[in-house]
Amino acid sequence: MKQTSSADPLFSTLDANEAVASVAYRLNELIAIYPITPSSAMAESCDEWAAGGKPNLWGQVPRVVQMQSEGGVAGAIHGGLLGGALTTTFTCSQGLLLMIPNLYKIAGELLPLTIHVSARAIAAQGLSIFGDHQDVMACRATGCAMLCSNNGQEAHDFALIAHAASYKGHLPFIHFFDGFRTSHEVSKISMLSNDDLTAIIDEKSISAFRARGMTPDKPTLHGTAQNPDVYFQGRESVNRFYTFLPGTVQEIMQRFGELTGRRYHLFDYYGHPEADRVVVAMGSSIETLRETSEWLNASGEKTGVIAVRLFLPFHVKAFLAALPETVQAIAVLDRTKEPGSIGEPLFLNVLAALSEGRSPLAGSPRVVGGRYGLGSKEFTPGMAKAAFDNISRYEPLNHFTLGIIDDVTGTSIGYDASFDLEPADVRRCVFVGLGADGTVGANKNSIKIIGEQTDNYAQGYFVYDSKKSGSVTTSHLRFGPRPIRAPYLITQAEFVACSQFSFVGKQDVLGYAKPGATILLNSPYSVADTWAKLPREWQAVLIEKKLRLFVIDATAVAQASGMGRRTNTVLQTCFFALSGVLPQDEAITQIKKAIAKTYGRKGDTIVKMNYAAVDAALAGMQKVVLPATPDTDAVVTPPPVYPGASVFVEQVTARLLANDGDNLPVSAMPADGCWPTGTTRFEKRNLALEIPAWDSSLCIQCNKCVLVCPHAAIRAKFYEPAALAGAPETFQSTDFKSKDFPGNKYTLQVAPEDCTGCTLCVQVCPAKDKSNPRHKAIDMAPQPPLVAAERANWDFFLALPEPDRTRIDLSTVKNTQFLTPLLEFSGACSGCGETPYLKLLTQLYGDRLIMANATGCSSIYGGNLPTTPYCKNNDGRGPAWANSLFEDNAEFGLGLRLAADQRALNARTLLKLLAPMLDQVFANSILDAPQGTEAEIADQRARVATLRVKLHAIDTPDAQRLALIADDLVKKTVWIIGGDGWAYDIGYGGLDHVLASGANVKILVLDTEVYSNTGGQSSKSSPIGAVAKFASGGKGTAKKDLALIASQYGHVYVAKVALGAKDGQTVQAFREAEAYDGPALIIAYSHCIAHGYNLSQGLTQQKLAVDTGYWPLFRYDPRLAVQGQTPFKLDSAPPKTALAQFTSGETRFGILKNIDPARAELLAGKAQEQIKTHYALYQQLAAPTPATPAPAKEPATPIS
Amino acid sequence: MNLSTTYLGLKLRSPVVIGASPFCDNIALAGQLEEAGASALVMHSLFEEQIELEQRALFHHLETPAESNPEAVSYFPRYDEYQLTPDTYVRKLERLKNALSIPVIASLNGRLPGGWVDYARQLESAGADAIELNTYQLATDPDTSGNFIETDIMEIVRSVIATVKIPVSVKLSPFHTSLAQFASTLDQQGAAGLVLFNRFYQPDFDIDDLEVVPRLKLSNSSELLLRLRWLSILSPHLKGSLACSGGVHTAEDLIKAVLAGANAVQVVSLPLEFGPRSIITLLDGLVEWMNDHDYRSIDQMRGALNMKHCPNPSAHERANYIKVLQSWKV
Repeated sequence: MKQTSSADPLFSTLDANEAVASVAYRLNELIAIYPITPSSAMAESCDEWAAGGKPNLWGQVPRVVQMQSEGGVAGAIHGGLLGGALTTTFTCSQGLLLMIPNLYKIAGELLPLTIHVSARAIAAQGLSIFGDHQDVMACRATGCAMLCSNNGQEAHDFALIAHAASYKGHLPFIHFFDGFRTSHEVSKISMLSNDDLTAIIDEKSISAFRARGMTPDKPTLHGTAQNPDVYFQGRESVNRFYTFLPGTVQEIMQRFGELTGRRYHLFDYYGHPEADRVVVAMGSSIETLRETSEWLNASGEKTGVIAVRLFLPFHVKAFLAALPETVQAIAVLDRTKEPGSIGEPLFLNVLAALSEGRSPLAGSPRVVGGRYGLGSKEFTPGMAKAAFDNISRYEPLNHFTLGIIDDVTGTSIGYDASFDLEPADVRRCVFVGLGADGTVGANKNSIKIIGEQTDNYAQGYFVYDSKKSGSVTTSHLRFGPRPIRAPYLITQAEFVACSQFSFVGKQDVLGYAKPGATILLNSPYSVADTWAKLPREWQAVLIEKKLRLFVIDATAVAQASGMGRRTNTVLQTCFFALSGVLPQDEAITQIKKAIAKTYGRKGDTIVKMNYAAVDAALAGMQKVVLPATPDTDAVVTPPPVYPGASVFVEQVTARLLANDGDNLPVSAMPADGCWPTGTTRFEKRNLALEIPAWDSSLCIQCNKCVLVCPHAAIRAKFYEPAALAGAPETFQSTDFKSKDFPGNKYTLQVAPEDCTGCTLCVQVCPAKDKSNPRHKAIDMAPQPPLVAAERANWDFFLALPEPDRTRIDLSTVKNTQFLTPLLEFSGACSGCGETPYLKLLTQLYGDRLIMANATGCSSIYGGNLPTTPYCKNNDGRGPAWANSLFEDNAEFGLGLRLAADQRALNARTLLKLLAPMLDQVFANSILDAPQGTEAEIADQRARVATLRVKLHAIDTPDAQRLALIADDLVKKTVWIIGGDGWAYDIGYGGLDHVLASGANVKILVLDTEVYSNTGGQSSKSSPIGAVAKFASGGKGTAKKDLALIASQYGHVYVAKVALGAKDGQTVQAFREAEAYDGPALIIAYSHCIAHGYNLSQGLTQQKLAVDTGYWPLFRYDPRLAVQGQTPFKLDSAPPKTALAQFTSGETRFGILKNIDPARAELLAGKAQEQIKTHYALYQQLAAPTPATPAPAKEPATPIS
Repeated sequence: MNLSTTYLGLKLRSPVVIGASPFCDNIALAGQLEEAGASALVMHSLFEEQIELEQRALFHHLETPAESNPEAVSYFPRYDEYQLTPDTYVRKLERLKNALSIPVIASLNGRLPGGWVDYARQLESAGADAIELNTYQLATDPDTSGNFIETDIMEIVRSVIATVKIPVSVKLSPFHTSLAQFASTLDQQGAAGLVLFNRFYQPDFDIDDLEVVPRLKLSNSSELLLRLRWLSILSPHLKGSLACSGGVHTAEDLIKAVLAGANAVQVVSLPLEFGPRSIITLLDGLVEWMNDHDYRSIDQMRGALNMKHCPNPSAHERANYIKVLQSWKV
C-alpha cells in the first residue's frame, strides 16, 4: 500500500481488491471480516496491515475483527456504527445476502457505512465463485446506495468517494466492482495519498457521526417496536436523504476531479454527441463497450455508452441529461438475472426513468434489455458490437442474452467471436503454466515491472482451472502507451509461453498465438528433438501461422539454480529478452530488483538462487528453425476416448474437458442443476511424474496404502484364480493371505493416469525388504515407462469381480479396503488429508448414502465441474450428493434425513395397505427386517426386488405408487459433511441444533483447522500459536473443543479421529456412528496444504499430533452409558513427547518464530500447558464412574 | 571463596557455563540458570545449512501451493511487513542479552567460508560477548584427507578472528590426528579458547522398523575422562582458555575439570535432566570441596593435576594405558 500526494501521483501496479482495501483501511477504525471469494483479499490485506501496526488516516491502527459468518459481520458493523466507530467490511455473493437483514437496519437508522463488494454470482442451479451483479442486485430494497466501479482505478477512487458520500449523506453504500475481472485484474493505478483522502473526507460529517454514537452520557434508544400508527410514517421519514444523496455524490465527484484530474459523474456518457444508439451498462463491460463504440464511430456510425456510476438512488434527471437527445434506440445490459421479472433491474430503472422523467427526447427511444456475463462469462468486443447491432434492427430482440447459445428460449444474440479491435500499440502476451510452478507469480512481477518501470500502462489477468492444485493457469498480460480498456481474455497474442512440455498436444497453447507471434516453450529436449517431439498438429500450426519458436530447458536451469521445478524466473527472463519491452540489461536489473523485493524478506538464499536462475536463463534459450512442412513421421494426437461413457458424458462432459464449455448451448444444461456422478474417471490427468510400483513378494496385504490414498488411485482386490484368465502380461497377482478365502489371489493395482504422485501410499507401507529396507512393497517409479502397461492392468483390474460385501468382516481396516470406493480421482490437492475419510465413508455405506456437503474444499473437489468424483458401484448405486450453502449444511442434511424418513414411511404405509393382496408374511418380512449389516441390507434389497415383481401383478394405483418408491424400504443413511469453517463457525448454530434434535444423522467434520478452500483463514478450530490469514500475528486463543461440547448432550455419539495415527479407531468410529440410532459427530484430523509442509509427511504429522497430545483420540458412545459403562473412551495414550515435535514441522507454527519470537514462545508455552490440562480432563471423563448419567430416553425435539 | 574465573577474556563469576543447548530458546529458563549461578550461556549453534534449508523450506511451503486456485491464490499472510528470516537467531541473541546479565556466547557452524564471516559479523553486532565456532564436520567422503579438513578449519578460524573484535573460541572434535599440534596452531592463530569436546550426534538403529533414527543421548560422567586427559595435556601449552564440555555431572566432575586445567566447564545434560537448580548443587559441592581442601580460588586450583603439575605425568600417557590393561584379571 503506497501513498503519495496528488501533486506527485505515484503509480502502483496492483489489483482492485488491494487498491480498494488501501482506501478502506485508512478511512476506518473498525473492520469486521469474514472470508469469501473473491473479496477475501481485501480483508486479508487489512488484517495484515493491522497486524503490522499500520495506522489509518487518523493515526490509529484499525481494529480488525474476524466474525463467524457474514451475518455476524453485519451485526458487528451495525453495532460498531451505532457505537460511533467508523466501520467497514468486504464481502460478496451469499455473504452479502446474509447481511441483508442488517442492511435494512443500518439504512433505516441512517448510518454511514461502505461495504466494498467484489460482485459475484449467487448459488442457484450451481455455485459459482465468479463475477456478476446478482448479489448486489439482491440488495436493492435494503436502502443502501449503490456505486459501481468499472476498473481498478475507479474502484480505488470510488472507495474514497463512497466513504465520503456515506459520511456526508448519512446513508450506507454498497460500493461494487466485478468479481475477478476487476477485483483480481492487476493494473497500473494512480494511488490516492493521505492528503487526497483528507481533502475529500468531510471532518464535520465524521464529527457529526461520532456525536450520534451511543453512550450512557447521552442516553438514547434505537430499535423500537413500532405499531401501525407510526411505522409507515417512519419509513417515509428518510426520503429526503435519498433525494439529496445523488447531489452529495456528484459534489464529491466534482471535488475529487478537481483534486486528481479524474472526473466522474453519476452517469458518464462516452461516444458520439449525436448518437442514435446507446448502450447503458455498469461494471467492467463499460470498458469494452466504450472501445467498441469508438471503433463503430470511427467507421461512421453514431453510437454511445452510458456508464452508470450511482445505480441507487437512481437519479432520473442526471440520467436523462447524460443521454444524447438524438438517441433512437437504447440497449440496457444487466449482468444479473431475475427469473420471472419483466426485466432486469437496470433495464427497468431506465424504462422508468424515461417514463417518469417525461423525456424531452423527440419521440420515445426504443429500449431493450439484455443479460450478459453471468458467472464471469466473457464479454468481448464481438458481444458489445452485437448489442449495438441489435438495436440497429427495426425490431431488436428484447430480453436477449449475449455470450451464450440459447437454443431453448431463443434469447441469444449471435456475435462475431473473431471481432478484434485492440489497438496495434497494445502488446498482448499469454503464459500457460501449471499451478504452483510460479508462472502466475512471475507474471505479476513482470506486469509490475512494466507498469512501474516503464511509461507503459499494464494489465494482468490470471485464469485458473477448477482443480484445487495441479491446475492449468493462464496469465493474460497487456501493456501499451495508453490506459488499457480490455477486460476480456486475450485470444490473439504476440507472445505465448508454455512452462510445461507436458501440455504439448493437450492444451491449445498455440491457439492463443496470432500469426507471426513468438512462442517460448520449456522443453527438456534439444532443439532438434523438441521439434521431433511436437505432434503434427502443433508443427502445422507453427508453420502455418509463421510463428517464431524458442525453446529452453527451464526446468534444468531452475534445478541447477536450486529452484527445483519452479521455472518462473527463467521464463520471465526469456520473456523480457524476447519481448524487448525493456533493454535487456535494464530488464535483468529490474527482474532482480523485483526478486529482491519479493523474496528479500524470505532470505538471502532465495534471492541468490533466483538471481542465479536469471543469470543462467538466456544462455539456454535457442531458436528453432521451422521447416517448410510438418515432419511426415510426426505423431498425431489421437482424439480423446471415453470408453463406457454415457451420451451425456460424450456430448457435454467431453466438451467441458476439451475447454469447449463456452460453446455448449442452453439445451445441453441440466435445467435443475442435477448432474451425473462418476465422471472423473474420464479425465485422465496424468499428473504424477512417479507412481507406486508394487512388489508382490514383499507385500503383507495390509491395504494401508489403499486406505490412505486421497484419490482412490491404488486399490486392492481378491478373487478366484480363474478370474486371471486373459490378464495382461504384466498384471501382477499373488496368493491372498486369508483364512476366510483360501486359494484366492490378491492384486494391488495403481491407476497410472489418475494417481497424483503424492507418495502417501509409500510412506504408510510397512513392508520392507529385509536386506535392503530402502525398498518397500511399493516404491515410487517413473510414470512414463509404466503408463501403457499399467493402463491395461488397471482396466483388467476394474473388470475383476468385486468382493461379496456380505462375506467380508468389516471390523478390520484391511477388509474395509476391499470395498469399492465410490469417491475417485477428485480434484483435491495431491496428498489431501480429507478425502481418505470420505473415501472410507463411501466404501462402507456408499450404496445407501445421502450426503449433504457444506460449501468448502470438500464441495469443490466433490462437485466442481467439469467432472464429478462420486460414483456408482456395479449395481448402479452410489452416494447421492448435494451442496446447499455454506452456513446451512446441518439443517440441509436434517431436511434430507426427514425426507428420507418420510419416503420410507410412505412406502411402509403403502406396503401395510397392500399386504393383504401381497402376502402378509412377506410384507411383514420387509416391514420388520433388520438392516444393520451388509447381509441384512442385501436381504432387504432382494425382498424389495421380489416385491416389485409381486406389485407388477397388482393393478391398483397404490401398487403402482409403491412400485415407484419401493427402494425407500431399504435403509438410507444421511451423512452431513463439511470443514471446520462450517462446523465451528458459520454453521455451528445449525450443527448444534441438529445434534440436539436427536435426528439420526451423521456429521463428519473434516478438520483442517483453517478455512482451506478460501486460502487458509483462521477459524475457531485454528490452534493457539498457529499463523493463518486473519490471524497474521498468530492465533492467541485455544481451539474450540467441538467434540467435547457435543458429547455434553449425552445423546450424541462423538468421536475424534486421526487416520494417520490410528486407522483402526477411525474405522471403528465410523461403524459405531453409523450403527448408533441417533445423531453422531466425527471430527477427523485432516492434514492440509495450508499447514505449510510437504503433504507426503501428512500421516507422520497426524501420528505426531496424537503422540504429543495435540489431537487426543476419543469416542463417546451414549449406548455405553445405558449399559452402565463410562461412555467416554480415550483412545490415545498420554502425550509421549513435547508438542514442539509436532509443531516444528509445520510452517503455520514455525513462521511465528520468525515474525514474533516472543509471542511464539509465549503461545507455545500456553499450548503445551493446555495439552496437559486438556488430557487430564479427558482422563477424568474416561475414568469409570457410577455417576455418569444415562442419556435422556427421548431427545429434546423428537424428529424421527 | 573466590569462584570467579576468566574465560575467553571474559570475567566470569564461576566456572560453570551453560553449554550450547536449547536453553537459549527459553528466556525464562535462561534466567533461572543465571539465578542458579551459571556464569555464561552459550547459544545452540547457528547452522548455516540449516538457515539455507529453512529458507528453502519456507519458500517452498509458502510459494508452492500459491497461485494455483482461484479461491486460494495463497495460504499464508503476505508478511510484507515482516522479516521472515534469517535473523531469528540474531533476534534471539538480542533478547537474551536484554534479559540476562551474564555473558552470552553465540555459537556458529558454517558451511562455506563466506557464511562464517557474514554471520559472525551479525552476531557481534547483535551483542554477542564471544563466538564459539563449532567446526563439526563429518568427513564421510573417502577422498577428503585429514589435512584438508584441518586446513579448512584453520582458514575459517582465521577469517572469523580477522572479522570480529570479540573473542572467538573453537569447539573441537577429539578425533584429530595430532590434537595437541592442531590445538596449539589454533591458539597461535588467535583463538581465544578451545572447547573440549564436541559430542557428536550419533544416529541409532530401530531394529523393529529397520530404520536409522536420530537419538539424542545425554552425556554422563564417564565421558569426562577423555576431556580430563586432553585438558591436562593442552593446558600447560596454550595461551588461551580451555573449556571442558561433556561429562560434568557432579561437583567432583567439575573439580576434576578445573584441576585438569579448564577455565570453565560447559554443562548441558545436567540441567536438561535435573533443571536449573542442579547448578546450585554443583557450585555448592565445589565450594564445600574447596573449603574442605583449603582452596581459596579457582585460579589456585586450575591445572593442579595437568601434565605440568601433577605428581605423576606418565599417568596421562601410553604407559598408563598398558598398566591399566594389565590390571584386569580375567
